[in-house]
Amino acid sequence: MSGIIQGTTGPWEMVIGMEVHAQVTSNSKLFSGAATAFGAAPNSQVSLVDAAMPGMLPVINKVCVEQAVRTGLGLKAQINLRSVFDRKNYFYPDLPQGYQISQYLQPVVGAGKVVLDMEDGETREVGITRLHLEQDAGKSVHDQHPDLTYVDLNRAGVALMEIVSEPDIRSPEEAAAYLRKLRTILRYLGTCDGNMEEGSMRADVNVSVRRPGEPYGTRCEIKNVNSVRFVQQAIQYEARRQIDVLEDGGTVVQETRLFDSRKGETRSMRSKEEAHDYRYFPDPDLLPLEFTQDWVDAIAATLPELPDDRRARLVTELGLSTYDAGVLVAEREIADFFEEAAHGRDAKTVANWIMGDLFGALNKAGLEISQSPVSAPHLGALIDLIADDTISGRIAKDVFDEMFKTGKAPEVVVEEKGLRQVTDSGAIEALVDAVLGANPAKVEEYRAGKDKLLGFFVGQVMKGSEGKANPKIVNELLLRKLTG
Amino acid sequence: MSLDKATVARIARLARIAMREDDLEPMASELSGILKWIEQLDQVDTADVPPMTSVVAHPLHWREDTISDGNRPGDVLANAPEDAEGYFVVPKVVE
Amino acid sequence: MSELTQLTLADARARLRAGEFSAKELAEAHVAAIEDARALNAFVSETAERALKDAARADARLVKGEGGALEGIPLAIKDLFCTKGILSTAASHILDGFKPPYESTVTENLWRAGAVMLGKTNMDEFAMGSSNETSYYGPVLNPWRRPGDNRNLVPGGSSGGSAAAVAAHLCLGATGTDTGGSIRQPAAFTGTVGLKPTYGRCSRWGIVAFASSLDQAGPMTRTVRDAAIMLGAMAGHDPKDSTSVDMPVPDYEAALEDGVRGLRIGIPAEYRVDGAPEEITAFWEQGIGWLRDAGAEIVEVSLPHTRYALPAYYIVAPAEASSNLARYDGVRYGLRVDDGGDLTAMYEQTRARGFGAEVRRRVLIGTYVLSAGYYDAYYLKAQKIRTLIADDFKKAWEKVDALLTPTTPEAAFGPGDKSDDPVAMYLNDVLTVPANMAGLPGLSVPAGLSPQGLPLGLQVVGRAFDEETVLRVGRALERAAAFKASPAPWWRGAA
Ligand SMILES: [Mg+2]
Ligand SMILES: [Zn+2]
Repeated sequence: MSGIIQGTTGPWEMVIGMEVHAQVTSNSKLFSGAATAFGAAPNSQVSLVDAAMPGMLPVINKVCVEQAVRTGLGLKAQINLRSVFDRKNYFYPDLPQGYQISQYLQPVVGAGKVVLDMEDGETREVGITRLHLEQDAGKSVHDQHPDLTYVDLNRAGVALMEIVSEPDIRSPEEAAAYLRKLRTILRYLGTCDGNMEEGSMRADVNVSVRRPGEPYGTRCEIKNVNSVRFVQQAIQYEARRQIDVLEDGGTVVQETRLFDSRKGETRSMRSKEEAHDYRYFPDPDLLPLEFTQDWVDAIAATLPELPDDRRARLVTELGLSTYDAGVLVAEREIADFFEEAAHGRDAKTVANWIMGDLFGALNKAGLEISQSPVSAPHLGALIDLIADDTISGRIAKDVFDEMFKTGKAPEVVVEEKGLRQVTDSGAIEALVDAVLGANPAKVEEYRAGKDKLLGFFVGQVMKGSEGKANPKIVNELLLRKLTG
Repeated sequence: MSLDKATVARIARLARIAMREDDLEPMASELSGILKWIEQLDQVDTADVPPMTSVVAHPLHWREDTISDGNRPGDVLANAPEDAEGYFVVPKVVE
Repeated sequence: MSELTQLTLADARARLRAGEFSAKELAEAHVAAIEDARALNAFVSETAERALKDAARADARLVKGEGGALEGIPLAIKDLFCTKGILSTAASHILDGFKPPYESTVTENLWRAGAVMLGKTNMDEFAMGSSNETSYYGPVLNPWRRPGDNRNLVPGGSSGGSAAAVAAHLCLGATGTDTGGSIRQPAAFTGTVGLKPTYGRCSRWGIVAFASSLDQAGPMTRTVRDAAIMLGAMAGHDPKDSTSVDMPVPDYEAALEDGVRGLRIGIPAEYRVDGAPEEITAFWEQGIGWLRDAGAEIVEVSLPHTRYALPAYYIVAPAEASSNLARYDGVRYGLRVDDGGDLTAMYEQTRARGFGAEVRRRVLIGTYVLSAGYYDAYYLKAQKIRTLIADDFKKAWEKVDALLTPTTPEAAFGPGDKSDDPVAMYLNDVLTVPANMAGLPGLSVPAGLSPQGLPLGLQVVGRAFDEETVLRVGRALERAAAFKASPAPWWRGAA
């Protein structure tokens, strides 16, 4: 396992925990009626509450609470019927109130778990410590002006779910798998779009190293890493750095670090470090957040089938391999496409078409499955045409390419291009005779025992039929005439 | 509980209030005086008393998730000491 | 001086409706009185033009008989309330030039009821003070002076400007806010009526926050009835304030004259503050006598944790204030002091020069009691003490319908008398703070003069959301006391 790093003094094990900030999917902000959409003009999605004007007060958004509970249920976590909003006090230009409203001692969601599916087909469980609701900060733009910082408050007050994991992750690969799996679950639930480029998912990564089996070492927190690849690079670099420190007889200082994606390294953020004392206390502008078990149950009743359950079903009911099923359920839309196309057909064949030709074509065209020119019913119909010998598997590839280009139904393509398979043995027999007649010498050689020439004869006949002759019939006729 | 100069300097920094060196001592004794007077609370045994969480007991009112505000950058920036291109402007923050 | 400024709010309301005079005349009389009383420094902003516009609109409605509950009534607004397009400063340098693009819910309610805006009244900076000496705009003077003594006195605080304006007949009523006594103590010092409603009765939206779990807006008037009328217009549920309570607003005037016969009035032993002047105790006894004679049953009660309310308050209020005032950072509005240093320097200079000494002191105390390692010892402890204080009151309500106490331990004092000793200043609120800590309604009624000829107030405290009984008891005291004294108008044209 790549979680073990060989140092000059022996093996080291990585210990990784994550705090993921996931933007709640909602129309308006956690405590104000301003919009949350990405990419609006600066300060255009800011209410007077978000700008912390004097006397402005927070009022909680029902849907944000619902989404947090829904996510908690999706993580098989404990839901707390009573939680409390606290103020986390610190000064920063993109934090207008001078405090972030968050949940410190009593979060809305408690312990849960996420199951990782590793490449090698085995699974790993990562514990979820807690999930709490909090406000996002605004955006400080440092590159607009040489000696000024510009502040945009559009994000200020947007609802975030901070999802904290146990230090159960042991390698960059597991960290990546954890992020991907968490993203899949959130997207299935519809509680976060998981879009890391737009910052709707950011990870704080806690990394430490230890001798295998020994107690945890001192950890460093790498803040706000915004892509799965960067998370892996950051962990790799940081673990290596800590090992070097330790092997040089030094000690790791607990600190907040920043990942520089250009240099591919982490560096200390002492500025953030200086005298941190957040002075948490319950926000007196809000009352405790309370709801009933009935309300939670009502939300639970609306939960979709989650990826793990769906994968299990595809394996047991449709006989797919765990790996194929895993690939197909990673995106809800792909799984939906698959199940529609596979309905009443051979699941394995459909899976191969999707994971092979379709994914390949979509990739080349840079399209999402939701934008696929080939619809699920059309792909299914194409597979039916092969099954009932209307076309051969080889012709099917050309038909698929045409379908992808034009979005036409397979029957239409086959008709227009006259690709229907020739199964009339009379017609094929004529072709066979022509080929044998044109190659008397080869026929002799074959009859003298050079049977691998059969391939040559088949090829000639297929060529003569422009690939449309039914290969099975061609073989039968040739054998009969050559050996007859 | 009496406060020393260093502590006053630390909390003044936390509160982002500049203090002149020679104001620290007097402030320290002022605050110490107030805290000393506050210490009479130690006479009260609060071991198993729950803290007050809300002054009046009533359920927290929840908002519907509708866009009812924003779209008023003019109002948001109207009182800004300095702004440019629709942004608030502050001295460079070095990260 | 126009007799129109001598009217009570209730009389003015009746005579406006009867068409005996116009809202314009009433507004002009008060605008003139304000201009003539600048020596008191009761206003941060005078809004004469706005007043006349409001009055014209009111007259138009009144002739059509469409007037609201306060149609044409000229009011003064404490500068802690944000008023749209009008300078709103909380009497702090740090809110220099701040003109809110919004209107506080309470003032919005008043304008909807037809009230006329005279101006924004002076106050202690961010409502932190009991003498009105901490205002960036200079101290407010009490219209009252000791007879035969022309030395100035403080009007109390933090709503001192509103109290002075009401006492000097510069308005028919004013808004105040009360976090630890900021309505009731200045009312007592100026011989006026001040009501702090139940926490959650009036919306806090648009009122500059001092201590969120304690702040409550209320009316300041010259009669109990006027307070009832104003509260009726100010109160109500506000979905924009999560701590505002969704309860119907009763007609506070309805039961006003019902008297106290059959009511049980509690006398809390613990309010006999050691070292309180004899005159206060005697004055209290007199009030007790009035209610007994009016048919109330007088019951001795005990509120054992009363003496801990004030020290606990000086943890909770500064703690919340230290956080509430973090938004004044020079970034989005108000004062910015930028000496070309870095961001931290800008923050520290802006806040050092923008906040006055008392505000800085309380922000530092609040920061300290919340800081790492001290939270449990201070803030948590104080919130537990609050529970005990609230429980004391709950027990009392099993025996009585309201409590009667003095409002303050003494009459108005002189400027500077307590400036060098914060705790001595804080002790002024010792009798008013418990009601804030428990969120209960409290009313101060002027009920007599001290031996030095200064007004004294009696306080009525009631059950949560039972302002009706509180006002009813207050009205009975008012009737018995028949307090008619008023300050000699030394301030006219004195500025
Ligand atoms: Mg965190
Ligand atoms: Zn967070």
